[in-house]
Amino acid sequence: MSGLFKVSSNPHIRSRVATNGLMAAVVIALMPAAGFGIYNFGPRALAVYAVTIASTLLTEYFFGLYKKKQTITDMSAVVTGLLLALNLPVTIPLWMAALGGVFAILVVKMLFGGLGQNFMNPALAARCFLLISFPTAMTAFECDAYTGATPLAALKAGEAVNVLDMVIGRTAGTIGETSVFAILAGACILILLGVIDLRIPGSYIATFVLFVGIFGGHGFHPAYLAAHLSGGGLMLGAFFMATDYVTRPITIRGQYVYGIVLGLLTGIFRIFGPGAEGVSYAIILGNLLVPLIEKYTKPAAFGYEKGGKRREK
Amino acid sequence: MAKLTFVGGIHPYDGKDLSKDRPIADLLPGSELVYPLSQHIGAPAKAIVAKGDRVLMGQKIAESGGFVSAPIYASVSGTVKAIETRRVVTGDLVMSIVVENDGQYEDVGFAPRESTRGMSREEIVNVIKEAGIVGMGGAGFPTHVKLSPREPEKIDYIIANCAECEPYLTSDYRRMLEEPEKLVGGLRIILQLFPNASGILAVEDNKPDCISLLRGIVKDDPKITVKALKTKYPQGGERQLIYAVTGRKINSAMLPADVGCVVNNVDTVVAVYRAVMEGKPLMERIVTVTGDAVAAPQNFRVRIGTSYNELLEAAGGFRGTPEKIICGGPMMGFGMFDLNVPTTKTSTALLALSKDDVSAMEPGPCINCGRCVEVCPGRVIPSRLADYAQRYDEEAFLANHGMECCECGCCSFICPAKRPLTQQIKSMRKIQLAKKKK
Repeated sequence: MSGLFKVSSNPHIRSRVATNGLMAAVVIALMPAAGFGIYNFGPRALAVYAVTIASTLLTEYFFGLYKKKQTITDMSAVVTGLLLALNLPVTIPLWMAALGGVFAILVVKMLFGGLGQNFMNPALAARCFLLISFPTAMTAFECDAYTGATPLAALKAGEAVNVLDMVIGRTAGTIGETSVFAILAGACILILLGVIDLRIPGSYIATFVLFVGIFGGHGFHPAYLAAHLSGGGLMLGAFFMATDYVTRPITIRGQYVYGIVLGLLTGIFRIFGPGAEGVSYAIILGNLLVPLIEKYTKPAAFGYEKGGKRREK
Repeated sequence: MAKLTFVGGIHPYDGKDLSKDRPIADLLPGSELVYPLSQHIGAPAKAIVAKGDRVLMGQKIAESGGFVSAPIYASVSGTVKAIETRRVVTGDLVMSIVVENDGQYEDVGFAPRESTRGMSREEIVNVIKEAGIVGMGGAGFPTHVKLSPREPEKIDYIIANCAECEPYLTSDYRRMLEEPEKLVGGLRIILQLFPNASGILAVEDNKPDCISLLRGIVKDDPKITVKALKTKYPQGGERQLIYAVTGRKINSAMLPADVGCVVNNVDTVVAVYRAVMEGKPLMERIVTVTGDAVAAPQNFRVRIGTSYNELLEAAGGFRGTPEKIICGGPMMGFGMFDLNVPTTKTSTALLALSKDDVSAMEPGPCINCGRCVEVCPGRVIPSRLADYAQRYDEEAFLANHGMECCECGCCSFICPAKRPLTQQIKSMRKIQLAKKKK
């Protein structure tokens, strides 16, 4: 017999789904929102995408050179870069966008051990970093296409908003957050491909609706709730950021708890906070609570449910 | 109605089409048969023949080494060539009896029975014990021990495990199609041992022909039902199977008898029938030889002790160059480096794959995706347990129910980062089990 056989521990077969494939699926699912961003805000959106993605990829590449271990092929830097861009206003100075990419990858991800080790969503952490550092540039939503406040800010100020425009996305806001329609189309792709499920988005949005209905001061008025649901980063956050594997609980019950926590935090920030927005801060705060949530939502192993005691022999 | 199943599990490519439509063929062994003295869980058997002795087919050549042990029988007639250590499928060296086949197949004379009426519980269990029957689904637990729980009247269900959930394997399927009466007959014999038990033939619903065939046979028997299970790996795992058909749950520290169940694999039940009704000890079994690197996949009726090399030759040898050879199914089987090892009571299959997934995929960091949690039938968190195992954090491993892992392999299969989760958990479990024994 020629040659040798390969030997390994069981199992001997593996599913075809790999990390980079999952990341690619997220990128594809972001395409409707990214495409609408270009349509809505013009070609400068494309420049922002290019800058953030180049910045995240190059940061990961150079860190890999330093560590002598290259990891850019896992595609996660592309996802981070694109998500960051979608969370920026189109008028952002490009150097700020690039800085955000460096912060996301270097500080939030690589310094904590790389993919899988970061305890905050890198794109959101970078967005919050930019928001605190450069508040004016980060909230300059006036551009060629739109003059005036975001619908959420208008809503908070007690002005009337056009819900239909918000669902379609013809409003001011960050590049990728405005179109509920485009985001949901992407979310459907992720759900159909089995990349995410509805546990977190479902419990998040349901809790948020309840909270806003009770504390928003307008009761469960459909137009008011619809405006809150369609406005700001809620949809993008619920389907693309809160579902980030690395920074959400791994336990199944924990995922529901996490969604509820995010719904409450977002509600508190939007209704009682000084700003109109709250999704980004809610999610990164929620990220920090993940270890605690996991600790109290550990699954009961098979055969131990309902007070089943381990039988000592 | 919801299908009978469990929470978790996976749906890998099942590969059963390769061999499922090929009838079982008899395979006569070559000149040398090797009988390892340890083919079961428990104490090794003790050789009772010496070098140079002539043995007959069906002659006991090694006796039971204790209560949890099983005797071994010659499956051919011939001469004892040697009693020496030989390599077995796991790669271990095990003391074995080597018999030179004289090609006569002269038997000791088997005494068939007309019926089991009037036989006491002890008599039947003793026949099964003396026949050397062990769990033939792969575990190799001596069957007479399983059939002797402390309180037999508390057993409610005798479950024949006809799930055959491992991909590629079709030996149980062929057995059910070709000898269904023996399967049902064996189940009836076992039912005789338990006054309050009813029998269940639990078949995955990817074998509808078996289900209707078996239903036809048992339609007038009020004590036996055929249950169709959802096709999902590891549906045939003991804990998953019991839960699917009875709704009862056991953990790793419990036995099926604790919830009133006894589970036996198809081939084991047929072996019980042959032992009790035909008077034949365990000498043969069905082995699937399959895989995309086998020229003519087929099921064989194999005399225990036959070399895997002969099995492969009978199936036309390799097609192309295989990368990996597996004894058993792809989920729980052993990787083999040498085909010159004997088949045993627990050999379910020889699988040759032209591509090895494991070495083709480089493990990466865990992205916490939670797929392992979704598929784990033990409802633990495999990615975390593997972490604890890797760091040798015994306390965390045990506190998080690491011992509940049944090593089914679902987590490693599904992991997008291609981490060897099952392997890491399994290694830690082995250490802990060894510590317990001390």
